[in-house]
Amino acid sequence: MIEIRNINKTFDDRQVVKDVSFTFYKGKTNLIIGESGCGKTTILKLMVGLHKADSGDILYDGQNFPKLSVIEQENIRKKIGMLFQGGALFDSQTLEENVQFPLDMFTDLTKAEKLERVNFCLEKVQLVGKNKLYPAELSGGMKKRAALARAIANNPSYLFCDEPNSGLDPKTSIVIDNLIKNITEEFNITTIIVTHDMNSVIEIGDNIMFVHKGENWWTGDKSQILKTKNQELFDFVFASEFMKQVLGSPKS
Amino acid sequence: MNLFFHIGRYFMLLYRVFARPQKHSVYMRQIIFEINNIGISSLPIIVIISVFMGGIITIQSAHAIDSPLVPLYAVGFTTRESIMLEFSPTIVCLILAGKVGSNIASEIGAMRITEQIDALEIMGINSAGYLIFPKIAAAVFIFPFLIAISMFLGILGGYLMGVSSGACTSYQYIYGIQAFFDPGKLYYSFTKVLVFAFIITSVSAYFGYNTRGGALEVGKSSTSAVVYSSVLILLFSLILTELFINR
Repeated sequence: MIEIRNINKTFDDRQVVKDVSFTFYKGKTNLIIGESGCGKTTILKLMVGLHKADSGDILYDGQNFPKLSVIEQENIRKKIGMLFQGGALFDSQTLEENVQFPLDMFTDLTKAEKLERVNFCLEKVQLVGKNKLYPAELSGGMKKRAALARAIANNPSYLFCDEPNSGLDPKTSIVIDNLIKNITEEFNITTIIVTHDMNSVIEIGDNIMFVHKGENWWTGDKSQILKTKNQELFDFVFASEFMKQVLGSPKS
Repeated sequence: MNLFFHIGRYFMLLYRVFARPQKHSVYMRQIIFEINNIGISSLPIIVIISVFMGGIITIQSAHAIDSPLVPLYAVGFTTRESIMLEFSPTIVCLILAGKVGSNIASEIGAMRITEQIDALEIMGINSAGYLIFPKIAAAVFIFPFLIAISMFLGILGGYLMGVSSGACTSYQYIYGIQAFFDPGKLYYSFTKVLVFAFIITSVSAYFGYNTRGGALEVGKSSTSAVVYSSVLILLFSLILTELFINR
């Protein structure tokens, strides 16, 4: 479980995260949603330590991350897997080497054991037999799946996904969503997903925080979000006429 | 103030680069990869430039010596001194600053803008150490060998050009390259090479590592890496020359 309490972040006199508190539960797909530029990726980066919060607490199973020593932070980071928006696969390495990388760095497994783990992860993301391909040879969806395989290679306790569906077609998006959901439940991981994709919200939104202008504006789950009376959330969810027709606007 | 900001940030980066390696076997593998990547792959350009420059220096020296009072073995002597003291250690390193420096800055810069460095950090890996230390170690190890090859080929190129053009005889050239040889000057030359190897890799890595933005900024980082590395090479060449030669 990860808990954030009253976190704030300012860039050049512009406060992008305002007193945000939320709890992300273990074994659930926790979503941070909101419009582009609302501060959701910044919250994610604050949580993993890529940005430093001006104030507030970030508790990883009770351990306050910003207040830990560098070594203690590194130890927590070893339990984190992250799926970046662009995949962030290492260009110079094959798919197998990419997935094996965390194992090389942090485990003393034998070559055969590492290969077994790599193949297990690739099987989980449906990339069996693609071991020797380079990132440049993969499609957008395959890159995301490969990055997901790397993220889970070292048995993470926490999985962060930054817009996992961006740039993907709806069918591939659903594949990625379901993979994340299955992995979360199977390995009992605390998963945090930043997205503005409404399909994802409806498919896998166990626990949702809606961020608006850097603030935690609304919390709930996928069933509650469709009945919302919150004006800002309503405008976000039912931004298109299509969504109003398909989902049925609660205000109509 | 901007200069002090960069100097401070450069040394802070170096502090992280030389932190204790997290996994020695992985670092060792990277160093071997970088020896090939930034060292061995630079051999063709070094071979071509050294042979031609040796030939050119010989012809120019022979042309400049028009007094009958100056013996023709001075052609070999001048070529050796020029190649050993300045051309191979400094000019070849300036060329390597262009080739290797831009390569390092653009590689690390591209990794920065595509979040690959963030991925390393989130995994709990010291990205500066993992990415930069092997490059510095590889360059400091392999550059002296490259420069030694350059010296040999430069002098060989001078011999071939000098003898074939009739500027001097084979005996005169070989006598010249052995005349008044001071082994201490090799110590000076290779000290310069070690310093330049460190400058090229660390300064280029600094610019790459601190790239922000997109492809345009990667290009700018690459240019800055070559410009600053070159200026620093010339500055330190002057300082080391003053320290070693002009004592």
